Amino acid sequence: MSTRELACLVVGIAVVGCATATVAETPNLGQTVSPAQIAGWDISIQPDGAGLPPGRGTAATGAAVYAQKCQACHGVKGAGQPNDRLVGGQGTLASKAPVRTIGSYWPYATTVFDYVRRAMPYAQPQSLSDDEVYAVTAYLLHQNGIIGETDEMNAQTLPRITMPNRDNFILAYPTKPKAR
Amino acid sequence: MIPRRHFLKQGIALLGAGSLTAASSKGVEALEPPETPPWMKSPGAGMSEYGTPSKHEVNVKRTAIASRPGTTGSGVSRTPLEALDGMITPSGLHFERHHSGVPDIEPDKHRLLIHGMVKRPLVFSVEALMRYPRVSRIHFLECSGNSGILYNPAPPNLTAGQTHGLVSCSEWTGVPLRSLLEEAGVDPGGQWVLAEGADAAAMSRSIPMAKAMDDALLALFQNGERLRPENGYPVRLFLPGYEGNMSVKWLRRLKVVATPVMTKDETSRYTDLQADGKALMFTFPMEVKSLITRPSHGLTLKGPGLYEISGVAWSGNGAISKVEVSADGGQTWTMAPLATPVLDRAITPFRLPWKWNGSPAVLKSRATDTTGAVQPERDAFIAEHGNNAIFHYHAIQAWYVQATGEVKHVYA
Repeated sequence: MSTRELACLVVGIAVVGCATATVAETPNLGQTVSPAQIAGWDISIQPDGAGLPPGRGTAATGAAVYAQKCQACHGVKGAGQPNDRLVGGQGTLASKAPVRTIGSYWPYATTVFDYVRRAMPYAQPQSLSDDEVYAVTAYLLHQNGIIGETDEMNAQTLPRITMPNRDNFILAYPTKPKAR
Repeated sequence: MIPRRHFLKQGIALLGAGSLTAASSKGVEALEPPETPPWMKSPGAGMSEYGTPSKHEVNVKRTAIASRPGTTGSGVSRTPLEALDGMITPSGLHFERHHSGVPDIEPDKHRLLIHGMVKRPLVFSVEALMRYPRVSRIHFLECSGNSGILYNPAPPNLTAGQTHGLVSCSEWTGVPLRSLLEEAGVDPGGQWVLAEGADAAAMSRSIPMAKAMDDALLALFQNGERLRPENGYPVRLFLPGYEGNMSVKWLRRLKVVATPVMTKDETSRYTDLQADGKALMFTFPMEVKSLITRPSHGLTLKGPGLYEISGVAWSGNGAISKVEVSADGGQTWTMAPLATPVLDRAITPFRLPWKWNGSPAVLKSRATDTTGAVQPERDAFIAEHGNNAIFHYHAIQAWYVQATGEVKHVYA
């Protein structure tokens, strides 16, 4: 190591030691990425619809997708068993036996698309086409009485759905509400 | 210092820590003095490349392992708290919560993408992350569903670990998230960060930017070695004090956004349904909590005499400032000495000698943290939150010591 490098190292340590309020200098090893690269990984959908891909589906077309890909775990028409129930339960949340489903509990319809596309079916995640995800989302919204059987779900219509339980969430960040 | 009289009155006596020794194990006659044990009469085993616990401790393992029907990796395993003692949880016994199994990630192929509302979208290899300046922090990690079974109206027939074992504590070493976010250059409107894992659920949560810039860590090491696969190898997010699932494992993507993404796990899953049907959302820090691990459900006291009550306390909002212990169901309380060092948002063991007179007794511990928050009694906690919630249970744990010495869960 040259004398000059040594001097820099010492100066570097002194800077880090004094400037506790700032982050230490980093090696800047992040590589730039192209929009196409990002698009391949960016699968999250926001409540305003940002991120929703092209495509479309209705409950009518979703019924077949559901029967083939979802029913074995979630039951006929989303009735549940052996895994989570997806349909019904509206009006039960304040009872002694609340039933949390997409229809009774989930605040945003976009979340259904996001979650089904990224994580379902359990054994083959990210295997459904975007049209299939729109269709099965429409099917689950229809079974919950939120949309009609022929209502098309796409990047424009899905974010406009108002879920029944939308207004029953209380934000605890940044401040947790006092006991009510 | 509390007068000695006070302790005697409620059957608790303070003694020097060194005065307690493990009961000698009798019954293996041949090894009583003056016999020389056989393992002193020939050389022992050789060195090993990676050590394992004694073969006599094989029953100390993760407990109450449960997975969704038809799956093996969508569930939990719990830390056997009653079998451990100390601040740090052995990495192999750290609790697990996976949403779709443990991915088998090749570190050379793994990448972390930072994008969204940033000036420079960047991608990092693990090799690159390993070159960044690191910090080390000792913190607990607790699943928000820990102890959730205690919302049920009847107490469970479960051990301390089976009930409360979704909490563990480790030394985490890695790169402050802030340094990478600053390298990417966060836009002023970027108030949240979506964190996404490289598991088969692509598990994702929205993190407040304030937390990301404050003390969030990209953890690479746990207890001195690289992360275990089940704890996020090769890199995980770690958010001190926050509910466990937000510390996204196998981290592969951070997207800076203006508002929360409202993922499944922050809307339908990790929200807290109250008795009136409303639900609390974004209940991030884990509240002040403690429990006695010894004695506890499933352990049996062998007759009257001196025992040590010991347990663990922690808070996601600060350090533990005191733990009080009661041997009479909460009528009187005694300050329990805390093991040192007492660290911010870390497991803090407490220990207190107790003279059991053989009568039935109800043992409780009550923690207070440096914000002044006090662990609530169960009655008050349930009165406030109802029985319908699943997460963020942190009420006082009561153990009923029967005259037989058997210890059971009790709501008292």
